[in-house]
Formats: sequence, C-alpha cells, structure tokens
Amino acid sequence: MEAPPTSRVNYLNASYGVKSWLFTTDHKRIALLYLASITVMFFVGGIAATLMRFHLVQPEGALVQPDTYNKLFTIHGVVMVFFFLVPSIPATLGNFLVPMMIGARDLAFPRINLLSWYIYIVGAGFTLYAIMTGGVDTGWTFYTPFSSNYAHTQVIATALGVFITGFSSILTGLNFIVTIHKMRAPGLTWFRLPLFIWSMYATSVIFILGTPVIAITLFLLGLERLLHVGIFDPAIGGDPLLFQHLFWFYSHPAVYIMILPGMGVISELITAFSKKKIFGYTFVAFSSMAIAVLSFLVWGHHMFVTGQSVYAGLIFSVLSFMVAIPSAIKVFNWTATLYKGSISYQAPMLYALGFIGLFTMGGLTGLFLASLATDVHLNGTYFIVAHFHYIMVGGAVMAYLGGIHFWWPKITGKLYPDGWARLAAAIIFVGFNLTFFPQFVLGYLGMPRRYAVYPPEFQVLNVMSSAGASILAVGYLIPLIYLTWSIRYGPAASANPWGAKGLEWETPSPPPTENFEEIPIVTEEAYAYAEGRTAHV
Amino acid sequence: MRKGARRMSETVSSGLPAHAERHHVGHGPELRHHFEEAEQQHEASTLGMWVFLATEILFFGGLFTAYTIYRSFYLPGFEAGSRLLDVKAGAANTAVLIGSSFTMASAVHAAQTGKRKLLVTCLILTMILGCVFLGIKYTEYAEHWHEFQVPGLHWDSAATFFKNAPNGSVELFFCFYFFMTGLHAVHMIIGLGIMTVMLILSWRGRFAEKYFSPIEISGLYWHFVDIIWIFLFPLLYLIGGRYQ
Repeated sequence: MEAPPTSRVNYLNASYGVKSWLFTTDHKRIALLYLASITVMFFVGGIAATLMRFHLVQPEGALVQPDTYNKLFTIHGVVMVFFFLVPSIPATLGNFLVPMMIGARDLAFPRINLLSWYIYIVGAGFTLYAIMTGGVDTGWTFYTPFSSNYAHTQVIATALGVFITGFSSILTGLNFIVTIHKMRAPGLTWFRLPLFIWSMYATSVIFILGTPVIAITLFLLGLERLLHVGIFDPAIGGDPLLFQHLFWFYSHPAVYIMILPGMGVISELITAFSKKKIFGYTFVAFSSMAIAVLSFLVWGHHMFVTGQSVYAGLIFSVLSFMVAIPSAIKVFNWTATLYKGSISYQAPMLYALGFIGLFTMGGLTGLFLASLATDVHLNGTYFIVAHFHYIMVGGAVMAYLGGIHFWWPKITGKLYPDGWARLAAAIIFVGFNLTFFPQFVLGYLGMPRRYAVYPPEFQVLNVMSSAGASILAVGYLIPLIYLTWSIRYGPAASANPWGAKGLEWETPSPPPTENFEEIPIVTEEAYAYAEGRTAHV
Repeated sequence: MRKGARRMSETVSSGLPAHAERHHVGHGPELRHHFEEAEQQHEASTLGMWVFLATEILFFGGLFTAYTIYRSFYLPGFEAGSRLLDVKAGAANTAVLIGSSFTMASAVHAAQTGKRKLLVTCLILTMILGCVFLGIKYTEYAEHWHEFQVPGLHWDSAATFFKNAPNGSVELFFCFYFFMTGLHAVHMIIGLGIMTVMLILSWRGRFAEKYFSPIEISGLYWHFVDIIWIFLFPLLYLIGGRYQ
C-alpha cells in the first residue's frame, strides 16, 4: 500500500476555480457535479418524508393541513423518483466508473455528458420553483383528469421539470451505450466486462426506450392543462386510463432503472469483499438484460383494479411473476459467491449484505402484488408503500451508499473512518426496517396510502414507523458528515485500498484527468481473484 | 480489425497532453482526445445518432399508439376530421420531403467524395425544401385557424358539425393532427438549425473524404424526420375514404 506522492497531478487538482468545474467535460468531474446535485435533492425529498412521518404520529394528524400533506407526499415522490433515484447510481458512479472500468479516457460524448447535467439542473430548477410557489398535489403519478383539469397547484411547472430531466437521462443512457460498444480497451471482450457495466448497459437501454414515452405523455398532459382540451379529456371522448398506460410504460421500467444499477454495484461489492469470482457470470450478466426486456412488458400490474380487461390482467400477472426469475438468479448467485469466500465486513460489504436481505423481502412482497386476487386487497394500501420502499430504499439507496463507500477512496483519494461507516450502515439498516416493516402490517390491515389521517387503532404501528424514520434520518446524516470530513482530513488512499480487481483500481487514486497513463490491455476475466488465499494487499 | 489496429498504436503514452501527441501520429484536428483513432470516433458518432433515433421513435411512438387506440374507438369522427384536411397540400409536402431526402443523401455522398461545392449546393437545396415544407404547413394551419378547427384555442363546434360523427371525436382527431404535425414541424425546425451549422462548416471546408461524420449523422436525423412524415401523411390525410 504505497501512498501516492501528493504532488501528482490528478483530475481534482489539474485546474481550479468555478469555471474549471462548470465547463468541464471530464466525466469524473461531471460525476461529482451530479453527486452534489442529487445529494441536495435527496435531502429535499427526505425533509418532505420526515415531515410526513412527524404528521402521522397522531391519528388526526400532528403537523399539517390535509392539503399540505398531499403536497408533501407529491414532492417526496417526484423529487425522490425523478431527481434522486433515477439519476443516482448511473449519473454519479456510472459516470465516474464506466470509462474507468472499460479502460477509456472518457465517455464517447463528453460535451453531451456535461449538457445532460445542465439539463438536469434546469429540470430540478423548474421542480423546486413549483415546490416554492405552492407545490403540487397530484401524487408523483400525475393521474388525469385530476392533474389535467381539477388540481389547482403547480402541475405544469412540475411536469415540465420532469419532462426536461428526462432528456438528461436519455443523453446519459445514449453516452453509456455508445461508450460500452465502442470504447472498450483492447482485450476487454463483452464477457470480461465487470457486471456493473452490464447493469449500466441494461439501464441505458431502458433510459433510451422508456424515457421518451413519459416525456411525450407529460408533454400531452401539460398541453391539455394549458388548452383545456386534449387526448385524455373525457369531455371529447378521451380516456384518462390511457394516461395511466403511457405513464406506467415508462414508470414501471423506471423501477428497474433504479434497481439494476444497484444490482451491478452489489456484484462488484460481493466479489471484492469475498475475494472470489462471481458465481455464474453469464447468468448474472444476462439476468440484467432479461430484467430490462421484461420491464417493458409488465406495466399493467399497476392497473389491476382500473377496469383493465381480465385477460390483460392475467397476462400482466404472469409476466410480472417472470421478473422474479432473473431477480432470484442474481440473489442466489451473490449468495453462492459468498460461499467459501474470504469475507471481510468493511462498510461497503455491510451495505451489500443489507441490500441482499432487503431486496429479497421487497422482491417477494412484489409477488403478493403481482397476484391478481391479493392485489385487489393490497392495492392502494401501505403494503405497496412498504414493498416499493424495500426495493428503492432498502435496495437502490443501500446499493448507492455501498457504492459510494466502496469507490470513495478512488473518487477523492481519501479514506473515511471505517468504524463510523459501519455504525452508519447498521443504523440505516435498523432504522429502515423499523420504518417500513410496520407499513407491511398496516397495509395488510387495510390502512390506505396517501391519507393525512387514520383510525386510532393504527397508531402504534405508525409511531413505530415514525420512530424508525428518525433513526433513518440520523443514519443518512452521519455519512454526509464523515465523508465531507474525509475530503479534507482523511488519510490518503492508495490506488487499490480494498485489494479489488478491475481496471479502475489499476490507476492512481484520485485518477489523472486522462484516467490511465497507458490504455491497459486486458488479458483476464472479470473478478480474477486468487481464490483460497487471503488476498489482502 | 479495428481492435488490432488500435493495439498497434497502444504504445502512445500520455506524458504530454494527449491531443498534441495524437495529432503527431497522423490524425487530423477533428479527432477528439479521448478517441484512439478516427474510425472509432466515426463509429461512435454514427451509433450515437442511431441510439438517439431509437429514442425519437419511442417519443413519437406514444402519440402513434394513442392515435391507433382512438382511431379504433372513433373511426367515423377520425374520417370526418380527415376530410377537413387539404390532401393536396399534404401530398405536395410529401413530395417536397422526399425531394429533400434526395438532396440530403446527395450531400452525404458529396461530403464522402470531398466535393465541397456540391456539398454546399445540396445542403442549401435541402434547407430550401425544408422551408417550403414549413411554408405549406403554415398555410394549412392558417386555414384551420380561419375555419375554427384548432382545439382549445380557436374551435367552434358548430363550424365543424358532422351528421355521422360525434363532434367530440372530430375535435380529438384535430388534437392528434396538431400534436403530431406540430411535433414533426418542431423537428423540422431543429433540423434546419442543424443544417445551418453544417452549411457554415461545409462552406469553411471542414469536411473531406476522411472526416464527414457530422454530415452523415445530420443526414440520418433528416431522413428520420422525413420518415415520420411518410407515416403521418396517410394516417392523417388519407383515412377519409375520399376515393370510395
């Protein structure tokens, strides 16, 4: 573990000043711009969630008026889905790592990459403007005709924000696809790629094919609200349900935009901290592609109770069950990878193990909801809320934090205090389960989502959930503090502090602007750990 | 083959700023620093445009899907609406766009063979045809405005009343007409912007046999916008059963 000479030129100290960041085309710097922006959005969405959980401590509501409550859950949903979860791993870790992992000097289109960040900022600006000028109360799903005709809130500004941000996703996906096809280092064949790259590729396919559909849908919604006539307007024969079909055609695949990158991160973490080759590389790689393909065929399971045809419901149900197959392949293969590995429990690994457990719970409860009969009972209850938070917070956010902790030494060149990091991981795990497990029970007992008040018999479970949320909030603040601290005071990191495999670990931390002094030539499979020995460097 | 060629040039180290170096090895100034060779850059930009067009297909796809559903619900209304469109103007515009595709394809060929004058001429012709299309479209829009056939802004149910069709569905048809042709026109305007940039670059002699990807991918975009129209024309103008 030789410490790098401090005077070495890297992407962080190559140039200074605001301009050198705002006009950079370096994918690593753009990743950091994204990191800062989505962290801000994460806490905006988090504050809305915290206020909601405070409010629900009492059955009659403890804090806000029902109208305000509606706005809170809408803000929480819109900000967390479109401005945090969707860009979270792709735009930060993906941006930083895709060129590094494939041995390229940058993404294929560096200026388009910067453009995508500016588009994101403009979209986020519109949405924050909408929040500050009265908010929006349609729920993150913008269902018509409420959103097009009856809501008296900032629907257009919010929808416009989401519409604009969509193009930043599209450009990121386009950049990744082209980069992965055309910029791989010599010898880096498709089946030598790290699984993170496979998951980024699958995610990009969804970005490219799903995002334009939500874009046109929200565009039509905005026009309809503006002109008071449009294709979802029942007054001229339009069908509001068509909006739901188009909306979920993107928004269900979007769920996989959120989880697929997380799965990629977990494949990297599990192998690095058990010092073993992934079990069944090809299966894990193709399961990502299978999830991406299936994701486009299951949107109707959001509409089982809308009066959609029984046969359509049947087919959507079967297809939704099929998503469990590639998902389970991944879980089993990660578990099999752990078997007889030399496992170490550093902070990123704790997040990875937490992910596997929580994702499994989220996935299995998803099957309850994919069954037509049980869905009728559970639809629109807290069971759904708990289910998708197990996937998106227990899954995607855990993976995101695990990934940030894993690659932090590479990104910043600094080490963070591992003890604090493990503590935070444990607090987040406990806080998360205390927040969302009671919501499964609440939903099963019949408490509907999106209500500002509830019958008194649900209070105990609600208080448990709110208590968990406060623990979770502390858990999220701790990494913010010690990671920020480490940038200035952390000890310098070596090129490969974890003894991990992968091209990104073969270049100094932090990497030079050109990533590699010489473009590496790849001669081995991914995760070629020397097995059976403790391979700590 | 490309991989092999790249491996040969792998010895280049980056002690110096990369652009400076690579240009010494015989690449033109068009090669951006993060690419190893011109062919790789060309393939990347072409693939990038194809991926973008996939996005565009899905973008229009939402509208085409909605159109298909409503047309199956309200065929009489859609036929009645279609009869209110000027099929001659639509046909003329179809011819204009096909012509512009020809001049665009010629522009790409001229760029590939390094004929600067021909390239500039073809780009100018393409832009003229694009403007003619928008001009004809404008006269159609003006006519619809005049006839109270613009939903939400200038619509009069009485003016467009039909015996056989529910009036709402005629309005729905016109929503589709304006959304689809409007979105297409926006793409045409963006295309004209791109062509302006290409014209300036061609004028300055930036393109030659070895470097013509910008012209080629602009051409891809232009053809795509034309093809969208090829679908829009029959779906909107020709479903009225005029010739039965």
